[in-house]
Amino acid sequence: MFVVVEMVDTVRIPPWNFHRQLNDAIAEELNKKLANKVVYNVGLCICLYDITKLEDSYIFPGDGASHTKVHFRYVVFHPFLDEILVGKIKYCSQEGVHVSLGFFDDILIPPESLQQPAKFDEAEQVWVWEYETDEGAHDLYMDQGEEIRFRVVDELFLDTSPTGPTTDPEKESPYTLMASISEPGLGLLSWWSN
Amino acid sequence: MRGVLFLPDGLQARTLTECTMEVRDANAAMLSNFETLKYLSKMPCSHQSPENVKDFLTAMLPHKLTKAEKLQLLNHRPQTAVEIQLMVEESEERLSEDQIEELIQKVTEILPGDPQQEEGAPGDAEMDANADQ
Repeated sequence: MFVVVEMVDTVRIPPWNFHRQLNDAIAEELNKKLANKVVYNVGLCICLYDITKLEDSYIFPGDGASHTKVHFRYVVFHPFLDEILVGKIKYCSQEGVHVSLGFFDDILIPPESLQQPAKFDEAEQVWVWEYETDEGAHDLYMDQGEEIRFRVVDELFLDTSPTGPTTDPEKESPYTLMASISEPGLGLLSWWSN
Repeated sequence: MRGVLFLPDGLQARTLTECTMEVRDANAAMLSNFETLKYLSKMPCSHQSPENVKDFLTAMLPHKLTKAEKLQLLNHRPQTAVEIQLMVEESEERLSEDQIEELIQKVTEILPGDPQQEEGAPGDAEMDANADQ
């Protein structure tokens, strides 16, 4: 679920932070810059893991702050393909079931990856698994807030850097995970617990 | 002495938003760390120690599992055969039913579970052990 990514960046420490230990000031700046942000093709950055190397700090003309090149490692949320994860159902829509992990919300299970046969109940806005047994069909509802076990099948990184004033700012998610629950053992935890 | 420059309102508003944006971002970062901590504290990994992990990995050596499979077993602590089949690729071909049972037992023994849950059913576990013998 989490990986440690090695990165290099130049960190700017403003003069009013010169009284602090360099390591602490750099750690805070890196966390302010990267934590809770998605880096394109890397994942959702969580927090600083450690600083591996600090190069010399320079002060450039016109700017009183010091600039330091830092080699560091960052904890990033980036589940691998086919990984099994447990999350909570946020809500259901025509596009599928939206799952959240608390700290990460953009997980979608498209209708074709649900346990088949499945149908969308318009009145209650939930997806339902029509489970067939010898006794007849049971309707298993995928209610909001239920814990659900799913497999990551695809990830989608979108570059959301600002382009120009004319484009409509749609709420595009920079990092989306596609999931599937079409295997035995996947789906709501209550379906499979003895 | 400098004259006072009257900025058009639009420009001033933009600077204010930039200032508030920085503060909000710092709080959002702390929020994601807290939510990650909340999520992880509910998972089985919150009860594990480095010794548990070492013992578990040593016990897994004879089964020849890939790194990703061992990682998932560690993170999820599966208790049923269905869960093992999900996490181990081609488990029907690589593991016999006895080996799957053995895996579940090793996982339950070596990796500590949720102490509240385990307190609820110690009698059942004892009864099952007696039945096997």
